[in-house]
Amino acid sequence: MTRVLVAMSGGVDSSVAAALLLEQGYEVIGAWMRMHDVADFASPHKKACCSLDAAEDARRVAGQLGIPFTILNMEREYADRVLDPFLAEYQAGRTPSPCVDCNTYVKFGALLARAVRTLGCDAIATGHYARIEALEDLPAPGGRRYRLLRGRDASKDQTYFLYALRQEQLARTLFPLGGFTKAEVRALATERGLATAGKAESQELCFVPGGDYRVVLEERAGWHETPGPLLDADGTLLGEHRGIAAYTVGQRQGLGVALGERRYVARLDPAANLVQLGRRDDLLRGSFGVAAMSFIAGGPPNDGVFEATVQIRHGAAAVPCMVRPPDASRAGAAEGLAGATDGWTVTTDTPVWAPAPGQAAVFYSGDEVIGGGRIEAGARIELG
Amino acid sequence: MTAYLDHAATTPLRPEALEAMLPLLTTDFGNPSSAHAPGRSARAALDDARARFAAAIGAQPREVVFTSSGTEATNLAIKGAGWAAKSRGHRILCTAVEHHATLNTVRYLEKFGFEVVELPVDRYGRLDPEHLTAALHDRTTVVSIILANNEVGTIQPIAELIRSIREHRGVLVHLDAIQAAPYLPIDVQELDADLISFSAHKFEGPKGTGALWIRHGTALLPQTQGGAQERYRRSGTENVAGAVGMAVAYELNRRERLEVTKRLRRLRDRLKETVVGLPGVELTGHPRDRLPGHLSVIVRDAEGESIALALDLEGIACSTGSACTTGSREVSHVLSAMGYPEEEARGALRLSVGRTTSDDEVEEARAVIPGVIERIRTALGALAVDPLGEGLRA
Repeated sequence: MTRVLVAMSGGVDSSVAAALLLEQGYEVIGAWMRMHDVADFASPHKKACCSLDAAEDARRVAGQLGIPFTILNMEREYADRVLDPFLAEYQAGRTPSPCVDCNTYVKFGALLARAVRTLGCDAIATGHYARIEALEDLPAPGGRRYRLLRGRDASKDQTYFLYALRQEQLARTLFPLGGFTKAEVRALATERGLATAGKAESQELCFVPGGDYRVVLEERAGWHETPGPLLDADGTLLGEHRGIAAYTVGQRQGLGVALGERRYVARLDPAANLVQLGRRDDLLRGSFGVAAMSFIAGGPPNDGVFEATVQIRHGAAAVPCMVRPPDASRAGAAEGLAGATDGWTVTTDTPVWAPAPGQAAVFYSGDEVIGGGRIEAGARIELG
Repeated sequence: MTAYLDHAATTPLRPEALEAMLPLLTTDFGNPSSAHAPGRSARAALDDARARFAAAIGAQPREVVFTSSGTEATNLAIKGAGWAAKSRGHRILCTAVEHHATLNTVRYLEKFGFEVVELPVDRYGRLDPEHLTAALHDRTTVVSIILANNEVGTIQPIAELIRSIREHRGVLVHLDAIQAAPYLPIDVQELDADLISFSAHKFEGPKGTGALWIRHGTALLPQTQGGAQERYRRSGTENVAGAVGMAVAYELNRRERLEVTKRLRRLRDRLKETVVGLPGVELTGHPRDRLPGHLSVIVRDAEGESIALALDLEGIACSTGSACTTGSREVSHVLSAMGYPEEEARGALRLSVGRTTSDDEVEEARAVIPGVIERIRTALGALAVDPLGEGLRA
């Protein structure tokens, strides 16, 4: 029998994932990960997925299913790989992607390693809406054996956060919900009388229970307001900003200015401690750089120059694009190709709005994830 | 085959206790405070249970207050005695290796102006009478001591300790006998304490029932206000069935004690032979002055939590010694107080046998444990080098 550890968050998705695997004949162990001390406060923030309440919900469902359940402490790994980089990115004027790091390094990294090594598990499973397809029958160029595909429920697809998984991680991962819609999952939970069947969705970051990451910056990184110039698109001084870590590219609210036309954060310059705003159209980009690329297959298709669709934030539409590797990009830079950086270059068929440095850019071919990376600063381009 | 080796956490309910309890949960459901026939019948059962439990500990029935748990008994003892004596003093002493029922109670009282001293213990978890004497002074009103430790099984040199306390007048002694009661002789006259806490489920009685022995004449401020049950000391409709189950279980426990503890010692020693014989495994707690069925160890270069979980998956139920349900990384305060550094304390593992433990269960554990410890050590070694599993091959 295959032994699987299910990462149970205390939400309906991972509850159903565990139930389905059990019904499919797997030997299932439930685990709730303690990733930070937000769990210590039996919290007023009921929706935070990592509060003590969530652990109790996960325990309750495991009890209903009659599976072993444990709480695993992943605080160290989470701090090193998710929380600290998250804080550092904001302070560097970038927009972090903590959920990507959490998947890459904590869930499908540290947790998977623990499950395999200490609990004798063959695989881990989560309630992600994504599909893994094994290509056992095909020849395996470059060792590629697994494809990562979008979940059937397009509105819930979570592959955007999973692009950095490697073949050996996919080989030991199960996504039992990949073929279901959210509505179906809820119905499955209700049919089975799972305690979490009616539980509300948690959308916010699990370590930011109040929804304001600045509080976390203050508490954990000793961040304090460092005012500097707030400029309009044309360089006019509009006033003071609170410190660049308090802003994200594309942000509209909380800017403290009232102008005729709506303004958005267009640029964050940590060196000059400067925040520049722009009109909506000022944030449109036809090209941007991407660094820290990784590919599901282990390497890029077609020697690195390939057509794909690109998604620059969770839930956004994927836009057709052309991707060029660093060498070609450099060559492009020599030719004056806009947006060239030391990283990869992405040129979109139609402009995308506000690619935020630090956020993930994920490439697809249809429903299949090719890979992705982090959007680079310096991706400034005027519309052609 | 499965093995339940966590009798220090709880024990199964004795069939005899269950049998005695059933009528009180069904036909004889009366409220002992009611004046009518069903009420009188329930009252009679409660009185009888109280008399029997009191007799088993050498006490008078009116000195026994039934509670909902050992924790409640401990709370009532410490808070009740502490508040009642507040005009005389505010200093409360306990050992650093108390159960959380005691530690968190005295720490709570600290917020109300009580002065709390948690006394240091030696490598085995024992309190040195000289430390105790040095900490006692005029304002000391309550001393609370855990008779036998739940995590490491160490039995305190209680006679000596109480003698040193008795050199001071007006100091009340509370004994947490919850873990000790099933295995040690408990005679309230001989122990010479003022308050003693018990918990039924540690000796095959029902969960949800405890008792506090209060020496007649001891001033105690009730902590629950209500209908004046238990002679005003603990209001609330009595758990008649629980009290009856507790009394029956403890009577039987006392009758069988010598024979059972002898067997437990033998079973425990067999486990010990196997487990402590493994490389890098060290006994914690006192090697001789310890509970008969209790084996606690530290496994070096391992996490007790991982071992306990792996054993659970193999059908062997045991514990790390301290129940933590939130996954926090805090290590046992008991082992810390005994001088174990954090890294070593993380390797804590507790195996505890009880009257219903079979020889087969012990043999099963002996067959499985060495392999599991070895496997977890290897796994944790690999994780230390490669925490994110980057070396795992597809």
